[in-house]
Amino acid sequence: MTDAVQIPAVGRSLWADAWARLRTNKAATISSAYLLFIAVVCIIGPMLTPNDFSTIHQNYTRVAPSLSPYPTPEMIEPAIGDAIQKGRMDLVGWEQSGSTVTIRVTSKKPIDDRVTRYVDRSDMFEGAVATEIAADGLSATMTAEVEQKYFIFGTDNTGRDLLTRTLIAGRVSLAIGLLAGFVAVVIGVVYGATAGFIGGRTDEVMMRIVDILYSLPFIFFVIMLVVFFGRNFVLMFLAVGAVLWLDMARIVRGQAISIKRQEYVQAAEALGVTRAGILRRHIVPNLLGPVAIYMTLLVPQVIILESFLSYLGLGVQEPMSSWGVLISQGAKNMPSANWLLFFPAVFLTSTLFALNFIGDGLRDALDPKDR
Amino acid sequence: MQDAILTLKDVRVTFDTIDGTVDAVKGVSLHVNAGETLAIVGESGSGKSQMMMAAMGLLTSNGRATGVADYRGTNLIGLPKAQLNTIRGAKITMIFQEPMTSLDPLYSIGSQLVEPIRRHQKLGHKAAYARALEMLALVKIPEPEDRMTCYPHELSGGQRQRVMIAMALANDPDILIADEPTTALDVTIQAEILDLMAGLQARLGMAMVFITHDLNVVRRIAQRVCVMRKGEVVETGFTADIFANPQHEYTRALIDAEPSGRKDPVSVKAPVVLDARKINVTFTLGGGFLGRPKRDLRAVDGLSLSLQQGQTIGIVGESGSGKSTLARAVLRLLPSTGAISFEGRDIAALTREAMRPLRRHLQIVMQDPFGSLSPRMTAGQIVTEGLLVHEPGISARERDARAARALEEVQLDPALRNRYPHEFSGGQRQRIAIARAIILKPRLVVLDEPTSALDRQVQKQIVDLLRDLQTANGLSYLFISHDLAVVRAMSDHIIVMKDGRMVEQGTPDAVLDNPREAYTKALMAAAFAT
Repeated sequence: MTDAVQIPAVGRSLWADAWARLRTNKAATISSAYLLFIAVVCIIGPMLTPNDFSTIHQNYTRVAPSLSPYPTPEMIEPAIGDAIQKGRMDLVGWEQSGSTVTIRVTSKKPIDDRVTRYVDRSDMFEGAVATEIAADGLSATMTAEVEQKYFIFGTDNTGRDLLTRTLIAGRVSLAIGLLAGFVAVVIGVVYGATAGFIGGRTDEVMMRIVDILYSLPFIFFVIMLVVFFGRNFVLMFLAVGAVLWLDMARIVRGQAISIKRQEYVQAAEALGVTRAGILRRHIVPNLLGPVAIYMTLLVPQVIILESFLSYLGLGVQEPMSSWGVLISQGAKNMPSANWLLFFPAVFLTSTLFALNFIGDGLRDALDPKDR
Repeated sequence: MQDAILTLKDVRVTFDTIDGTVDAVKGVSLHVNAGETLAIVGESGSGKSQMMMAAMGLLTSNGRATGVADYRGTNLIGLPKAQLNTIRGAKITMIFQEPMTSLDPLYSIGSQLVEPIRRHQKLGHKAAYARALEMLALVKIPEPEDRMTCYPHELSGGQRQRVMIAMALANDPDILIADEPTTALDVTIQAEILDLMAGLQARLGMAMVFITHDLNVVRRIAQRVCVMRKGEVVETGFTADIFANPQHEYTRALIDAEPSGRKDPVSVKAPVVLDARKINVTFTLGGGFLGRPKRDLRAVDGLSLSLQQGQTIGIVGESGSGKSTLARAVLRLLPSTGAISFEGRDIAALTREAMRPLRRHLQIVMQDPFGSLSPRMTAGQIVTEGLLVHEPGISARERDARAARALEEVQLDPALRNRYPHEFSGGQRQRIAIARAIILKPRLVVLDEPTSALDRQVQKQIVDLLRDLQTANGLSYLFISHDLAVVRAMSDHIIVMKDGRMVEQGTPDAVLDNPREAYTKALMAAAFAT
């Protein structure tokens, strides 16, 4: 039907066409927006959240997610009780307004204003001041500041803020996903396109190397790397990237072989274009459609692989974290502190969902005939 | 309107695309009488296929059809699928252009034939098998019983098309819709299939709707013709009337589109541009790591030719006769043995590197205007790619100007040079391919079926363009085609090839009017029979 379609005023490439089709795909558009949102939140979020990702809050281990600040009145009450008891006084009553706690006490002996030290000694309070001591010295009123902390996602076993940790972990997971995905794509495209385009014996040898690498058990390979080089972040890229480019290379090689037989490649040969020129101007640009699709499906694969490695304890090291690490810790605490599993899992799955939707949308947009 | 068996009334087909809706068929009304052959003629994009697809409920998911397609009192458009399936495939059947892809490669011919017979006629396996066998015999497939167990890839293109016809006829249809059933076939086979279909139609008495762009076919097979253009019927009438007295100017243009004229032979003193002696091309099949034992296939066998400046040698033969292989071998795009000299210089032994500077003088234009242009490059980039190789020094601006000039030379609007191939029509793309070849000012251009994929009218324009370019630039052409009418109009020397060998050669009139070899005779009979 090409003849019936009116030719638009400006030249429009296949990419522009695909882009227009992609924009009509609601799921893909929403997913892209969501992914962008997650990326921005993970990058900027940790700078804005009240608690640092590695600070340990000893008083608040495994506190449940809550929108109201910690400490809660139930946590303040015993703390005050403790402090007052240590000062051999009796608690009459206390009230909290904002971050200020007012405590009323009585005692059988006259009260010195140094008793505020007992209050200060508690981790929870600071700057305690005796505002009013009765004339007989047997009753007094003190005020102290309570440091209020917000743990919207709760805290983990050691008392670290889960919100900040989830966002930090998101940085790591997305970075690994993108970088290792990118590494895999670059190696895969170059290797696969070369093998497919040159063909013959070179192709045979190059693809047998891929077969050999395929036959290495992945986990064994990673454990070996970790044993030799110790655990570190860069190693993760290497390990994941080194395994995933194999798929890419195979896909690209197949594509390159079919593109090589296209008449426009023959035409370029007849023009005297060099092999490198053909590879650069004809083979690779025409490969990029399937590569773009595969890349969006590769990123979630990398994130899952990293999660899996982290789950086994071979991944990112504390205090750094990734979604996989958090989920693995959450899984251990599932009965008593289910939020430790819930939040990272929601972030991970929704991100993977979005990536898969984008991949699907891209495939439809780039290959409209295959729908 | 005696006995109209299928009546289309105000059929409209629209497609939703990202550019908005496209009207492919704009309110067509026509009828098919029982037992007649109606040809629907029009260039590609005229909506002739989409109209019948709409009636059969076979539009793609973004297409919508409105109107009435009345078959014996049932409106087929908008009919639920279950009801539609009792009619299509049984009472109205279809055969398609591409015999390679219309059969499922995973099932044997037999099972593909038996299955629809069992479904529609409610026969047992034995009876259905017998019927399938009968059908294969009817379409004159040799040794039908052996063929039943064959898979599609084991049959030739013509045989596959016969199987498709057998499938279409197995349930005694009232109407057979044939959508360009012979376009993908060689001329000799095309003639056989047309004879077969005409014979079957006369014997079985069904109506036939023949969709085609080839007026020769129409003249041979149809009683009535319906000419379509841009989604509308421009003219309907009896075949003889239409050909004798076309009313609409478009119909006249279609009839006149047959390439005509002759090329004057070049003087014997004209310098020889290309001289090839005893060219052999051998392909090795099989082999490889753990592969089957190697087998040699000789695609070109001891062929010699000598091309003078300004001369056009037409190479004729069916697919598989080695004509494209020969052309690629003399351009050194394929390894071959034999002596090739270009302007007196031996190029047979040159390396790829040494060959590169010579490439600008030896160009090629290929058959498929959809496959020969890279879809990711603009027309301008495609046209100037050769300049990057042969004149690397010139600036981007100069290249752009050269692209504009080359496009003008092939009569394309230079303002279109920033568009991508998919935005052009088939004829325009072929012009871009020609511009890419001539921008380097070559001495020799191989034209590998440059007009076969195009409509007749466009074909004529391209032939005229190629002629003009030849006179203007003193080009020599190697013109490969299976279309004898075009070859006759273009060349001053003809080589007929079969199975890699030269069967006959001489001036067009000598070869085509007085064929000596049996093969050339058959080719001629098939191409010019009316």
